Amino acid sequence: MHIEIPYNSTARPDTGLYNAKLGIWLFLASEVMLFGALFSSLILLRTGVPHWPHGRDEGLNIPLATLNTLILIGSSVSVVLAWANLRLGNLKKGRIWLGVTLMCALGFMVIKAIEYTDKFKLGHFPKTNNFYAIYFTLTGLHGLHVLGGMIVFAYLIGPGAKMWDTERTRYTNRIEVVGLYWHFVDLVWIFLFPVLYLL
Amino acid sequence: METTTATTPTPDPHTDEHTHGGVHDPNLHHSPEEIKKEVRKYIVVFVALACLTGITVGIAYQHFDPPIAIAAALIVASVKAFLVAGYFMHLLSERKLIYAVLAITVFFFSMLLWAPWNHHYDYFGR
Repeated sequence: MHIEIPYNSTARPDTGLYNAKLGIWLFLASEVMLFGALFSSLILLRTGVPHWPHGRDEGLNIPLATLNTLILIGSSVSVVLAWANLRLGNLKKGRIWLGVTLMCALGFMVIKAIEYTDKFKLGHFPKTNNFYAIYFTLTGLHGLHVLGGMIVFAYLIGPGAKMWDTERTRYTNRIEVVGLYWHFVDLVWIFLFPVLYLL
Repeated sequence: METTTATTPTPDPHTDEHTHGGVHDPNLHHSPEEIKKEVRKYIVVFVALACLTGITVGIAYQHFDPPIAIAAALIVASVKAFLVAGYFMHLLSERKLIYAVLAITVFFFSMLLWAPWNHHYDYFGR
C-alpha cells in the first residue's frame, strides 16, 4: 500500500512552506546557536587577554584562505544555478552545476588539508595555545559541515537523482534545501575568514 | 546560462500539488523568464561577493588600529552575509514564518555574543 507523505512537494496552507523547507530553517537555527557558542567563546578568549595574536602573525596562510573564500562563494552560486536549471526542467545542466559545487567543496577541503598539514609540521596543534585551540575547533567544525554537504551532494548527483523520473518537484525541492544548508556553510566562512585570519 | 534551453517543467505525476490543498511557494513557481532573470542576479551577486572579499583582504593589509580594522572587517562581512542570505537564500522574498524563526534565532544568538562582553566588563570592574 502506497501512502503519500503530504507537503513534501507543495507548501502547506498554514505555513506557506513545504515541510522540508521549514525543517531546514529550524535546523539552521540550531546551527546558528552551535557556531554562535563557539564565536562567543572566541570573544571570551580574545577579550580576556591583553594581547591576542593576529592570524597572519601566527603563520595562517591568507592567500590560501582567500582562495578558499572565493571557492566557497563560487560553490554557493553553482548550487543556485543547479536549482535554477532544475526549475527549468533541465536535469543534465542541474547535475553539472551540482558537480561543480561538489568539486568546489572538494577543492576547499584539499586546501584546508594543506593548511592543517603546514600547521602540524610547524608544531602547531590545538593544545599549542588558545588561538590554535579556537582556530582548529572552528575551522574543524566548519570542515565537517563541508564534508557533510559533499556527501549529500554526491548522493543527489548519483543515486538520489533517480527521484527526478518520478517526483521532479520533490527532487528540485531537495536541491533547494541542501542549497540553503550550503549557503549557511558559506555564511559561517564569511565571518570565520576575517575573524581568524585577518584580525 | 543564457544558452540554456528553457523547457517548461513536465508536470510531476506524483506531486501532491492538487491533492493535499498545497499553496504556491513564491520561490518555486516562476516562469522560465523570471528564473533566467534570477540567474543573472546570482552572477551579479557573485561578482559583488568576490570584490568584497578583495576589499576585506585589502583592509587587513592597511594596518589600521584594531577597533577600526575589526569594525571595517565585520561591516564588509555583514554586507557579504546580507547578499548571500538575501539573494542566494531568498530571504528578501520569504514567508513570514521563516522570518519569525530567524527573529527568535537572532535574539538568542545576540544573547550568546553579549554574554562574553558582560564577563569582559566584570573583569575590568574588579
